[in-house]
Amino acid sequence: MVSGPSLDEQAYVRGGETQTAVKILVVGHFAVGKTTFIGSISEISPLSTEETMTRAGEAIDDLKGVQGKTTTTVAMDFGRLTVSERVVLYLFGTPGQQRFVQMWEDMARGALGALVLVDPERLADSFAVIDLIEQYGLDYAIAVNHFDGSPLRDERALREALDLLDDTPVVVCDARDERSSAEALITLVRYLMDRAR
Amino acid sequence: MSDSDKQEHEAAELVRPYVITGGRHLPGEGQFSLITLVTAAADHQQRPARLSPEEQEVLRMCVGGYLSVAEIAGHMQLPVGVVKILLAALSEGGYLISRPPEQRAPVANLQILEEVLNGLRAKFG
Repeated sequence: MVSGPSLDEQAYVRGGETQTAVKILVVGHFAVGKTTFIGSISEISPLSTEETMTRAGEAIDDLKGVQGKTTTTVAMDFGRLTVSERVVLYLFGTPGQQRFVQMWEDMARGALGALVLVDPERLADSFAVIDLIEQYGLDYAIAVNHFDGSPLRDERALREALDLLDDTPVVVCDARDERSSAEALITLVRYLMDRAR
Repeated sequence: MSDSDKQEHEAAELVRPYVITGGRHLPGEGQFSLITLVTAAADHQQRPARLSPEEQEVLRMCVGGYLSVAEIAGHMQLPVGVVKILLAALSEGGYLISRPPEQRAPVANLQILEEVLNGLRAKFG
């Protein structure tokens, strides 16, 4: 039996009858900080869902650390931010893996763009995500999630390693800090505006 | 929880989506996207008994205001595909109002991006 939670008023979209819903993807490999990033911006506690029919991975989703993360069945995390009386922004996060292709199609369709979170220590892990984003024709910016103590390569080396175009924005952020996360999103949105002009 | 309990639990979890949806297939592409906003139709506040418990649960959740399809799936802890099927059935029965995201001209897109930019600056600047 499904026992749905009773939701409080804040759970609902304010002014939903007139709001235009839009979305931006926050993508990156497992454990790069997507959920943290979304949580720092979102006005609701981040939610998660799965596209697959099995929920067997649920019990190990909470494992701390990178090793445990690689065995989860996945999911997508998402949050919401009402940016004006007319526009409500959804942030969707998911790892970049071909086996979640149905989910990617759902997420990518109609998205304004994507923010790719990368770990400077594990750049190679981001290749698959960037390939997928490009495959779906989404404009994107790179946000280097700068964990405490991890050395940041110079931007040039990072651009080379990720094979970025010259105009692709690269920004450093701390996903735990809401202003820092917002700054990374602002960089992406400004870039998307330039592309739309 | 013993191992056999656990196995039974997992088996139940695997079977459940098919039972919940009554074996129905996914609705046509485009009817419900992840960010389609959904709410209960005003004149259907009392829920007929012929709806399944899950359909009633979704409808009950939607009475409070607008939610996206993704949020309903998240709150219900059901896969998005299953929720889309439940929503399609409720929509067919006239219990729900849905507002799919519009296809926008590039100019409109630029205005929306500007609102997102201003909103982010106002909230976190």
